Amino acid sequence: MDGNSVASQVAAKWRKKRGSLIMALHEIQGVKGYVPWEDAVDIAAGMGIPLARIYEVLTFYNFFKLDAPGKAVISVCTGTACYLKGNDKVLEEFKKELGIKEGESTADRMFHLQCVRCVGCCGLAPVCVVNGKTYGRVTPTDVRGILEEWRKKLAEDEE
Amino acid sequence: MVKLKIDNFDVDVPAGTTILEAARTAQIDIPTLCKHPDVDPSAGCGMCIVKVNGRVLRSCCTPVAEGMEVITGDAEIVNVRRTVLELILSNHPNECLTCIRSGHCELQDLANNFGIAHSQLPSLNKKYELDDSTRSIVLDPSKCIVCGRCVEVCQNQQNVWALSYLNRGLATRISAAGGIKLADSPCIKCGQCSAHCPTGAIVEYDETQKVWEMLRDPELITIVQIAPAVRVAIGEEFGYDFGENLTGKTYAALRRLGFDKVFDTNFGADLTIIEEASEFVSRFKENPESLPMFTSCCPAWVDMLEKYHSDMIPHFSTCKSPQSMVGALAKTYYAEKMAIDPAKIRVISVMPCTAKKWEITRSKDMSSSGYQDVDVSLTTRELARMIKQSGVNFRALPEEEADSPLGEYTGAGTIFGTTGGVMAAALRTAYFYITGEELGDIDFRDIETLDGVKEAEIDIKGTKICIAVAHGAGNVEKVIDKVRNAKASGEEMPYHFIEVMACRGGCISGGGQPRVMMPGQPKPRGITDDIRAKRAKGLLDEDLQAKNRRSHHNESVKTLYKEYLGKAGSGKAHELLHTHYTPRPVYK
Repeated sequence: MDGNSVASQVAAKWRKKRGSLIMALHEIQGVKGYVPWEDAVDIAAGMGIPLARIYEVLTFYNFFKLDAPGKAVISVCTGTACYLKGNDKVLEEFKKELGIKEGESTADRMFHLQCVRCVGCCGLAPVCVVNGKTYGRVTPTDVRGILEEWRKKLAEDEE
Repeated sequence: MVKLKIDNFDVDVPAGTTILEAARTAQIDIPTLCKHPDVDPSAGCGMCIVKVNGRVLRSCCTPVAEGMEVITGDAEIVNVRRTVLELILSNHPNECLTCIRSGHCELQDLANNFGIAHSQLPSLNKKYELDDSTRSIVLDPSKCIVCGRCVEVCQNQQNVWALSYLNRGLATRISAAGGIKLADSPCIKCGQCSAHCPTGAIVEYDETQKVWEMLRDPELITIVQIAPAVRVAIGEEFGYDFGENLTGKTYAALRRLGFDKVFDTNFGADLTIIEEASEFVSRFKENPESLPMFTSCCPAWVDMLEKYHSDMIPHFSTCKSPQSMVGALAKTYYAEKMAIDPAKIRVISVMPCTAKKWEITRSKDMSSSGYQDVDVSLTTRELARMIKQSGVNFRALPEEEADSPLGEYTGAGTIFGTTGGVMAAALRTAYFYITGEELGDIDFRDIETLDGVKEAEIDIKGTKICIAVAHGAGNVEKVIDKVRNAKASGEEMPYHFIEVMACRGGCISGGGQPRVMMPGQPKPRGITDDIRAKRAKGLLDEDLQAKNRRSHHNESVKTLYKEYLGKAGSGKAHELLHTHYTPRPVYK
């Protein structure tokens, strides 16, 4: 274990406090966007908690991510209003276009697709949110355009 | 004592007893799936519900109270239990015909009892990838009912932490951390998960076909050996009572199956004692800082030591296990004596243990004869399966003798299969080696109990020897911590000699032993300390009645040293009968 790694510093900070595994894992995810295997191993060693227990916690809570998420996170609202207004078809279109299921990221780590329950603007239903930008009254035919927009944006950010 | 009424019968039990336990003392059988006598109740499955003064409660986790009136099985309760079972079965494959657990399965037994032929519920069963990576145990999450027994045993009792829950809700499954393979996890292959699983979700890695093929090949000479603990448990598969010693019939059965030579691992146990007692005496006299010495015949313990306690490697006896010693000698000493080409010999062992399957390839030392010393290691359950397949009527078999020369054994060899036995056997011989005199009282009943850690002081003509005996892998750390602390502070070592067996009670309740069935009825039940004690007694009684009770009195072992090995600890003995240990990471 590298004593200067993020995980070992986090472990050193929390190791004395009982019941603080979740806080430590939160911190790792805060820095890295997910909890990599190597970090979980470092937390196990640094906090004296069996790795098996750490993964019980990591896989119990939906919040924790085990893989690096895509750069653009697409949240498709499947709350009641959006669902009734046809967001299930929009979700299907995203899945088809990206070739992934909900909760997954594309192999190139560009996009992550997830469902959320209500983002608080049912008047715009059906709604999708990509990295904080809200799209209202979305139809399946809009999907390709939204993805193109973000591909361009991410490519520009790279430069 | 608390007085209560169960199904209108008066019952008197100590305070703190659960309703479930109280009912069992009154011979009332409340069905359970998640509760096992070895584990604390988790109140998971809901099968054990009863009515207490009209309220429906789970009997596994409800303590008795004075004046309680309990009903354990009226029409309403039966109906609820049926629904619980239907829900469990809706997430279980209907593969009983091809399941290794069929006939010994707690879930199948209950499904039969409740007559669940057609469930109203749609199947939610998911196919998961099978994990047979350890080549010792097989985990099939599709057959798992997530009762949690294996996790409790692996994490809290064995302190191994290989198995854990993954995900939650309907997606919950049992797995090594993060979904990796068990072979890459801390798993020590003890198989206690499989011994406690109520279904076919965790079973032994079956190699019976491999052995049948060897038996069919006329070119091969097949040599079989049986471990001490096998003889007092195999009878349970054929309707005998717990602990009945069936050595002679097992030899006979093995010959009927077609094995060319029938040897006994107990011979290897006697030989292990000669080497181990000599090693202990030489450490004691010449190299006292290398004490305490840990026994090394339990492969799950070897695996655990290399992964979790590698700082203790200098304290580990270098002796191989009895299984490995017999394997090495069958392909060298015996082959030379009989002028057989060792390339044509196949050594098959029958063990109470799943970790023995791992042991036979654990390092290059396991091929000291120039060939793999033991070719296949079967569990007691697999041997019973082969006997049933062959049609041999086990109960009608005569009692036969083992073949010479690797078949003779003393009482000291046979008690290897139970906690405290290796230590007792070693002390008998070590006493003789140190003093030149025979030990008078050779019974050490205090270290043969089922307490997790047992300590004793033995007086060897004025020299005090402190010993510890730990069984159940979770009890090892208590002993090791004491050793580590003494080492760190430079204080006197608390022990000179430590025996470790990874399974509670020792090999008699190893991970490969028969599923506990109630004699006379096909009812699968979990192992209890009572049954462990009966199996242990089967071995201890054989020792008490044995003509020779000291390993150094084994005539065949003496001849072996005279003809072949020279003396204990010789170069030849080291080449064939000793091994090395390497620190290994807990996760690959």
